[in-house]
Amino acid sequence: MRAYTPKDDVQAKSYYTDRYYVAPQVPKQEVETDEVFAADLAALKAKFEVKESFIQVGQMVVYINANDIYGVLEFLRDELTYTQLSEMSAIDWLAKDNTFEIFYQMLSMTKRKRLRIKFFINKGEAVDSVESLFRCADWSEREMFDMFGIEANNHPFMKRILLPYDWQGNPLLKTYPLEGDEFAAWYEVDKIYGKEARDVIGPEIRDTARVDRYDSERFARLGFEVPKGTEITGNEEPNKQDYQEEGGVFLVKKFTKDASKIIDDPQR
Amino acid sequence: MAQVKNRLTPFFENITFDREDNELILNFGPQHPSAHGQLRLMLHLQQEQIVKAHPDVGYLHRGMEKMAENMIYNEFMPTTDRMDYIASSSNNYGFALAVEKLIDVEVPRRAKVIRMMLLEINRLMSHLFWLATTALDIGAMTVFLYAFREREYLMDIIEGYCGARLTHAAIRIGGVPLDIQDSFITQLRTFLDKLPANIKDYEDLLDTNRIWLMRMEEVGTISTEMALSWGCTGPMLRASGVQWDIRKEEPYELYDEIEFNVPYSDKGDNFARYRVYMEEMRETAKILYQTIDMYEETVKNGQTELMAHAPKYISAPKLDIMTQNYSLMQHFVLVTQGMRPPVGEVYIATESPKGELGFFINSQGGPYPYRLKLRAPSFWHTGILTDLLPGHYIPDVVSIIGTTNIVFGEVDR
Repeated sequence: MRAYTPKDDVQAKSYYTDRYYVAPQVPKQEVETDEVFAADLAALKAKFEVKESFIQVGQMVVYINANDIYGVLEFLRDELTYTQLSEMSAIDWLAKDNTFEIFYQMLSMTKRKRLRIKFFINKGEAVDSVESLFRCADWSEREMFDMFGIEANNHPFMKRILLPYDWQGNPLLKTYPLEGDEFAAWYEVDKIYGKEARDVIGPEIRDTARVDRYDSERFARLGFEVPKGTEITGNEEPNKQDYQEEGGVFLVKKFTKDASKIIDDPQR
Repeated sequence: MAQVKNRLTPFFENITFDREDNELILNFGPQHPSAHGQLRLMLHLQQEQIVKAHPDVGYLHRGMEKMAENMIYNEFMPTTDRMDYIASSSNNYGFALAVEKLIDVEVPRRAKVIRMMLLEINRLMSHLFWLATTALDIGAMTVFLYAFREREYLMDIIEGYCGARLTHAAIRIGGVPLDIQDSFITQLRTFLDKLPANIKDYEDLLDTNRIWLMRMEEVGTISTEMALSWGCTGPMLRASGVQWDIRKEEPYELYDEIEFNVPYSDKGDNFARYRVYMEEMRETAKILYQTIDMYEETVKNGQTELMAHAPKYISAPKLDIMTQNYSLMQHFVLVTQGMRPPVGEVYIATESPKGELGFFINSQGGPYPYRLKLRAPSFWHTGILTDLLPGHYIPDVVSIIGTTNIVFGEVDR
């Protein structure tokens, strides 16, 4: 029987996994082990619902409700001095439980601390834009929309940013094919010449070193030159080309292979 | 033959403008030589003044995050070179450090010193390149030639170390693959001894140059609030009055043992950024002198290890692989299947020459990262053009793009 390949995750898989291998965990610490984080978390808990929190590799991770994100980031920025949004994006968990995990990486320069705000949304749901709090979210949210198709409410310009506006599919989804599909393969041809030109132009040639000796339109045949467009049979006469005009040049003796002495003794 | 009277009227007088406001949309790039790569700007102009700017990026998008999700960790290392290809070791390092934090290994001291040398040489290369191209954009050809001459010397040193000039891949997860060559330190010392005089040459040419000052001073001013809100980092942030350098504030490697200053300015204009870059070159030279001393100390103390010892994740030294069966088996598994870091998440930021270079890795215990997010500083330094350019004039666009120091391998990834 053929092995089943899941359609909801078409990414590269390790070809061998030990059945009894249990992956270890990156250790998580209690938030109480760090005074600064503990105080921040307490302040956050007083105003918002915190679902889970821990410290991992020196940074606090806080899970909140999706609806609270604007309020939480505003509170972090204005009250807790987390003035910079370093990064935000999503993680695709659609294959597991049909959700996206959104993370916001924050930095406090006065406390020298970094923390990560996270929440889950279901497929098809939108997040609240934090663009009016942090201008950099303008581009991050556009990138997230581009890569995952997650829209941000109240965003001023919710369009793709890295890919062309008419691109289909969201590349960072686990369902996105690793090799280009038909749409990607014919993208330029369809866009510039139209679908009907596919037959005329033909598929893209990916071999950059390709030489077609029967194609007199595009390739020069050194020593066997023929007029452009000639049907090539393979019996073409070699084109003898003199490198020096008949009659010679003053003081330059014409070189002829037959008249010259060829030394082929390597030990000479 | 009688002339038709209408033929004599100039053609352009027949054009009627639909818009009353005289607004002209100018398409700048993506092949403009001063756009530093593939930047397209749509500029709405009122006469020569910009009223709205719309940066359009993505012309160099290669889907690096997607590539990372389908590569084993070591395989992704050469791809990181192609982000900020002006200083590629700093990308290698950012990725290596993030994975090292994930698998929790400690890099040997000598490897740390060599890494710091490479990072700082890369910073110098990047800053020299920045100075050269920006000066060229403004019209200072001489500075371009001088700065490229010095950069060439550094690239020769790097080439002697790893064989490559631009895409180094000189740092491995867990250390560095090679010790520095014999001539490295002599060459570096020769270079560093000459550097102050070289920097003074550039400054003599630029600091009091009227054209340079007119193009730089009071142009492209970024306020502190704007810089913070747009996620600016590195020299962009330091020129806007925030003295924040990750090497100083969250020291990695051995930066906490090194004495250096963090130059900053509260002006926020192009000239402030230029000054920050120049001062940073001097600081980098200071750091490099200290790393040379640290290296010689490791030689004296006999600390010869270059790769961390973590057989689950990192291959043993070549000698062991060639002589010991178990090391060979480990190596085989690590090369064919890849390391499997523990389940967890990490975000590590390092101070690349352009700013905060962050790697966010979500590992699910497999040989491929489940999600890898590249936080490239240039992405937001391009975004800020939206708010920065309006109010300026067309010639200012060139000098502002120059001082933001954006590299499109990094913006588009």
